[in-house]
Amino acid sequence: MSILSKSASELASMLAKKEISSVELTKAQLGNIDKLNPKINSYLTVTHELALSQAKQVDDLRAKGESLPALAGVPIAVKDNLATIGIATTAGSRILQGWVPPYDATVVKKILANRMPILGKTNLDEFAMGSSTENSAYGPSLNPWDLTRTPGGSGGGSSSAVASMQAPLAIGSDTGGSIRFPAAVTGTVGVKPTYGAVSRYGLIALGSSLDQIGPVTRNVMDAAMLQDAIAGHDAMDATSLPESLGSMTEAAKNDSVKGLRIGIIKELTGEGFQAGVSEKFNEALELLVAAGAEVVEVSCPSFQYAIAAYYLIQPAEASSNLARFDSVRFGLRVMPEGAATVEKVMSATREAGFGQEVKRRIMLGTYALSSGYYDAYYGSAQKVRTLIQADLAKAFEKADVLVSPTAPTTAFKLGEKQEDPLAMYLNDIATIPANLAGIPGMSLPVGLAKEDNLPVGAQFLAPAREDARLYKVGAVLEKLLETKWSKKMMDFAPELQVS
Amino acid sequence: MTEITPELVRHLAGLARIEVSEAEVAQFASQLALIVDSVATVQAIANDDIKATSHPIAMSNVFREDVVTPSLTQTQALSGAPESDSGRFKVSAILDED
Amino acid sequence: MAKDQLMDYQKALEAYEVVIGLEVHVELNTKTKMFCGCANVFGDEPNTNVCPNCLGFPGAMPAVNGKAIENSIKIGLALDCQIAATGRFARKNYFYPDLAKNFQTSQYDEPIAFEGKIDIEVPSGKVFTVEIERAHMEEDAGKLTHVGGSTGRIQGAEYSLVDFNRAGVPLVEIVTKPIYGAGDEAPELAAAYVRSIREIVKNLGVSDARMERGNVRCDANVSIRPKGEAKLGTRTETKNVNSLRSIEKAVKYEIQRQAHLLSQGVPIIQETRHWHEDRGATSSGRPKSDADDYRYFPEPDLVPIQPSKEWIEQIRATLPEKPAIRRKRLMELWGFSELEFRDVVNSDLLDEIDETVKAGAKPQAARKWWTGEIARIANSEDKDITELSITPSQVASIAELVESGKLTDRLAREVLTGVLAGEGDPAAIVAARGLEVVSDDAALLAAIDKVLAEQPDVLEKIREGKIQAAGAVIGAVMKAMAGSADAARVRELVIQRATES
Repeated sequence: MSILSKSASELASMLAKKEISSVELTKAQLGNIDKLNPKINSYLTVTHELALSQAKQVDDLRAKGESLPALAGVPIAVKDNLATIGIATTAGSRILQGWVPPYDATVVKKILANRMPILGKTNLDEFAMGSSTENSAYGPSLNPWDLTRTPGGSGGGSSSAVASMQAPLAIGSDTGGSIRFPAAVTGTVGVKPTYGAVSRYGLIALGSSLDQIGPVTRNVMDAAMLQDAIAGHDAMDATSLPESLGSMTEAAKNDSVKGLRIGIIKELTGEGFQAGVSEKFNEALELLVAAGAEVVEVSCPSFQYAIAAYYLIQPAEASSNLARFDSVRFGLRVMPEGAATVEKVMSATREAGFGQEVKRRIMLGTYALSSGYYDAYYGSAQKVRTLIQADLAKAFEKADVLVSPTAPTTAFKLGEKQEDPLAMYLNDIATIPANLAGIPGMSLPVGLAKEDNLPVGAQFLAPAREDARLYKVGAVLEKLLETKWSKKMMDFAPELQVS
Repeated sequence: MTEITPELVRHLAGLARIEVSEAEVAQFASQLALIVDSVATVQAIANDDIKATSHPIAMSNVFREDVVTPSLTQTQALSGAPESDSGRFKVSAILDED
Repeated sequence: MAKDQLMDYQKALEAYEVVIGLEVHVELNTKTKMFCGCANVFGDEPNTNVCPNCLGFPGAMPAVNGKAIENSIKIGLALDCQIAATGRFARKNYFYPDLAKNFQTSQYDEPIAFEGKIDIEVPSGKVFTVEIERAHMEEDAGKLTHVGGSTGRIQGAEYSLVDFNRAGVPLVEIVTKPIYGAGDEAPELAAAYVRSIREIVKNLGVSDARMERGNVRCDANVSIRPKGEAKLGTRTETKNVNSLRSIEKAVKYEIQRQAHLLSQGVPIIQETRHWHEDRGATSSGRPKSDADDYRYFPEPDLVPIQPSKEWIEQIRATLPEKPAIRRKRLMELWGFSELEFRDVVNSDLLDEIDETVKAGAKPQAARKWWTGEIARIANSEDKDITELSITPSQVASIAELVESGKLTDRLAREVLTGVLAGEGDPAAIVAARGLEVVSDDAALLAAIDKVLAEQPDVLEKIREGKIQAAGAVIGAVMKAMAGSADAARVRELVIQRATES
């Protein structure tokens, strides 16, 4: 098995045993990026020299016998909405083209402290607004499973990179499903931790009360190790949890689901879901039941308003968060014709620098907050949030984890959902509630849909701060599935034809 | 059907400092109307008895000590500036006095 | 620009009732900014006390300064406000080049303090109870410099430069409820109110309170309505009033300007106006319009503040004496008349005199020096008293030297100028310049005898009862001794000489 297909945990072990050096590994990884990225467009920036120099440093330290963190030497990709010193950070937008931050996001600092070489910055829908990367100003990323389809969004760059062996693992961000949806449609694992578990300092904000940073990997253990590496209280993020949530790595060693109560969310099953998706989802549940878990049905009636609430809260917060892109202190500056006042320069810059979806959401958000409309829109949406939290709290009395298909469909074709702005929003129907409530969620691959042989993801949700539960059940399910298949999910992936 | 008029679109674009062409105004008006109609459903369920939740995880009293921490250098601060002059960010003349 | 027409002030007050509202911004003197650890310092090189937070860089997040919270609570308590059980930050959204995030992190419907009051005494002696609507926390914007125009102001400027050192500095905004019934004393009340706020925050130690530095800023809202009319008039908000004098003048000006317009049937435009000290007039700024839809919403990156009752009481216990009580106590302690005391307060010299008395001077002497000679010098140099290089303890030394007879008043004034010129402490100057009063009788007699030798008939005249003849001798002696003689002693000695012979 090629070194490129190995999991991060395997690679970590090999590195520790000096069976391979970080430089060798990183070189191989970069080689694959050079080969595939021109076609797949996972990466917006590849940091060849930096990655190799970081890899060399780790190898040197290891040679000296220094004690190193678990993931040391394993190279990683970083979503391009995270600030990285010396590396262009664009958020997938024209307005930040070429911006080089003078500071590192906290998670980037942790990645560096864990001595993981940074391969580069991955593509995303502009400012993380979207579910396909088609809103990126730098072109969409392609789905390695079918190059005519999107790899999901907004974190399609990370998911396509991990799914095509252009990185062993990646960090992404999730505001309404931006880690979990791409994971589902690319056969990878994606986790959105509890709100506040990972510091948001340095994450270019979209919806501040919704955003969270999390792992994008090929298996559950890798996600656990990565979450452990990046989580923790940060004084720079006032919303970061004061306490640690414990070791996800330990949780991912779990081997039993006996007595685990799994709640199927009624509102996230049925007609709105592709038949092949529901089938794989149900098969996965059967495996868990056979292994000793109990399944109950729960109902969260307020979920029918979740998308509406989300598409009020997120644009509202985004409209404020994106106000800083004004040509004054960084980023694009466009000088309009005629007498240029600073107001005109700001307006012309934002017109030229923002894509259509971003402009739409900024205006929607501005409307939702505006005088006379606040109560009806933003104010009401925040009330729906209360109801969603209440419904989930009730559901968690009956179940330890909740479950649903991660998405209503498998990967859709490029261009398929561009006509109707609402169509794209519906992809997030199952993922949004977790962001509104602040609870953690994991998507893991449960097979291929029979209609199109494309990956299907199942989503698990746990109460706030109970991220460990996700890793416990995820680890078991993954093992059960791999046993059933006699292979890993990635082994089903078609050979990539990129020449 | 929600009233998203071209005038409202121009007003919102003004508040958001985004120039819009007349063609775009019409397009945004119809798109926003569609979206607003769909999200307006929140009003059906959001009655006066329900409190709004602005922070998903309840916390309070997070402060820091009044101790100076390192700042950026002037060079770093200006590193991304489209235009600067004598250590300051340079902008075109301001129309609006405050 | 056309000059405003003003109605005669007394006439205006006869026809109209005045309502004022005051918004005062107090800059806190914490070591760091409100939402980041950059230094809160005046005068450094531009853009050197900045970080991703106060520069509004993508990905930056605020972190609340606990000291600023404490100081805000102090201010609230000093104004008899209720302290919020839950206070929340909110975003005030608008675009401006000096606003790094293009929103200000402020407070909206859950301010840290609300419903307070303060008694304000105006020069006439009347006391008004000003009700405080709220005191809330917010952050300051950066500093804009306009380049290329003829006046250095916005109009006509070619471009502007922004320095974000000041961006993020903690501010507390204190808002009064509308103040009714001040009548023709409204201008004085406005100034007296701001003076009191200054005094309070200075005493609390939470602000340097220097108006000329912008530590305390005032926006004055003024509206008038015909007497007997229930409906409130349209108000204007005047900004850029940078001194207590300006506040008084600006309020008076607005009353007169609005009265004239209303009397002509011209409606008042609701707008922001600017005060021009050089012209003694306000001018029109932006009209308050729809563009002022700030779209406030709770700041998602910050969590609520819920000060515990214990903490609030701890803070309350550290509050210094209330200014009104302090003033009463000092007036009695010093034995000043009401007029003398008011003079001291109106000259903003209460603290200086207090310090001087604490350093050992007699109260009247302290008052005499500060409100007399020192104030005169400050005026003549067109400076604020606080800008002079003299300390209360130095003034106390000078007063003591006069009290003990070592210096005459005249010599003391010379010492004073020496201190102001940076020559050192009073004692050092006396020694260096040899200014000590000659109290050695022998030296005095020698000088007296010399003069008497030239004016022999003086002694005869004195013996005849014409004591005033001594004056010529005294004058001559003082001149000969370059003023270092004690005039009273010289007089005694002259008369003694007369009786001796």
